[in-house]
Amino acid sequence: MKIKKFLYSQKAAPYVFVLPFIISFLIFWVYPLCSTFAMSFQNIKPTGIEWIGFKNYSKLLADKVFHTAVLNSFQYMLLSLVLLIPFPMLYAVLMDSRLVKAKGLWKALLYLPALTSVVISGTLFRLMFSEYHTGQMNVLMEMFGLATQKWLKVKATGLGALIVLCCWRWTGVNMLYFLSGLKSIDGSLYEAADIDGASSVQKFRFITVPLLKPTTIYVLTISVYAGLAMFLESFMLWAGNASPNNIGLTIVGYLYRRGIEKNQLGYASAVGLVLLVIALVINVIQLALNGTFKKEEK
Amino acid sequence: MNNEISSLKPGITMKRRVGSVIATAWFAFLGVIVIFPVFAGLLASFRPGTELIRRGLSINLDVSTMTLGNYIYLFSGNADSVKYFNWFKNSMILTLVSVALTLMICFFVAYGLSMYDFKLKNLLFFLVIATMMVPFEILMLPLYQEMISLKLIDTSAGVILPGLCAASTIFFFRQYLITMPKELLDAGRIDGATEYGICIKIMLPITKPAFAAMAILCAMGAWNNMLWPMLVFRSAEKFTLPIGLNTLLTPYGNNYDVLIAGSMFGIIPIFVIFLMFQSYFIDGMTTGAVKG
Repeated sequence: MKIKKFLYSQKAAPYVFVLPFIISFLIFWVYPLCSTFAMSFQNIKPTGIEWIGFKNYSKLLADKVFHTAVLNSFQYMLLSLVLLIPFPMLYAVLMDSRLVKAKGLWKALLYLPALTSVVISGTLFRLMFSEYHTGQMNVLMEMFGLATQKWLKVKATGLGALIVLCCWRWTGVNMLYFLSGLKSIDGSLYEAADIDGASSVQKFRFITVPLLKPTTIYVLTISVYAGLAMFLESFMLWAGNASPNNIGLTIVGYLYRRGIEKNQLGYASAVGLVLLVIALVINVIQLALNGTFKKEEK
Repeated sequence: MNNEISSLKPGITMKRRVGSVIATAWFAFLGVIVIFPVFAGLLASFRPGTELIRRGLSINLDVSTMTLGNYIYLFSGNADSVKYFNWFKNSMILTLVSVALTLMICFFVAYGLSMYDFKLKNLLFFLVIATMMVPFEILMLPLYQEMISLKLIDTSAGVILPGLCAASTIFFFRQYLITMPKELLDAGRIDGATEYGICIKIMLPITKPAFAAMAILCAMGAWNNMLWPMLVFRSAEKFTLPIGLNTLLTPYGNNYDVLIAGSMFGIIPIFVIFLMFQSYFIDGMTTGAVKG
């Protein structure tokens, strides 16, 4: 009888449905987050745990390699924002207009890179950016009468290769995000603008961009996170976590090196928490600048 | 544009046509760039892998030097071939199991969050969003430690369990479910169904389109997932395709025959699914973006 009552209870049902989330949240989110927070104040040795206060953090402040990693991650993130928001937005507007023919084909083609795993795409790009003059990029350089490059051995071209890989993989995906954002814009706004004699540029500037703002904020947020937490792309482009003079080392790459390769869990946890704080601060600033908090009260 | 008007204004039609050609040509150009690396890889898979080491990757259309050697080797049933198809099988099983479980669990959670009014509802939904605010890469180290103490290291459960309640999937299902009329629930209750019967027999069937969209997105993620499985799996016979292919990347390049042919062959399953369900793909990934 009790079981039957339970099955019909509208009070109990929602809790039963969300139970898996609560369990997963506690075991696979709260616990590891707390444990990495605790570990960042510890020195963990096979013989035992030693609490060392803020020593891991003060060591990080003076750690030149960590600074390189932070700088690399920031440069990568900023470049990816500059290239992966305006261009996909323009492509989406073009794609949404009546100008482009065979839309389905182009959408599918631009989405194709997102289907390939990082192992495959990273390897293909590493071999294309090969330093031999027979590698694709150097073939192109020679075609234009330019000097061949040791792409992955120099900071500027190494970062360039990472960015090319990033744009190759995500331009199509971001374009689809913006396309779906465009669908929600009321077409009569453009008609009204036409009657007022607005030019295409004016329509883009005063209707499309402002009304795409929610989509832009979404894409911006995920891009900031993905950019700062980038690791596998660099890992595959240099066929491992070691790149010459750490030109491809990212924050997560450094976390991986310290935590997994060198088994320094405390120090690696500190790296992770610094990354988390950076990501959250940037995200909050970004959302505040865009006035999201005011709107979401509704 | 209305035909009558456009015939009256030949200047505008002409301008429009030129614009159309330029815009289409631009996308064709982007398409060529995008297909380029994959095409170069495909061509390279018909040549000995040692060439990749010696020459790098470039478009080489010389048909006379192409052979099916790498693919014949890949399907020959020798030790390398057995190894490769074992990875392939592992990836298939892991993908199927994790997609099926993730979808069911995320659907139930989203159902609870969208169909009922209860005290903790807003707090729980906030927590779902909060989990998205912490990149997985930060949790991988403590999670790895946790898996060791839970004795889940080197098991499929260890790979699948932490990802089952995917916040983005829950979010997507919720966005879909809140548009459903709640009267359906009351109708079910009047018919004497239990709360869980209503969920499974009435609501689940009408959520099918959302399932299709999410299944494809989750399958893509699981098939290509690398970082976490790389940490959890230790024995070579349990490796999935991405980790397995990664082990072939030795500086000596003695495995590049299998690597390049296997990489190209490994794209096929997800590519076929994509072509079959292209529209679902696009719906699936864009729903979250509209509301920001």
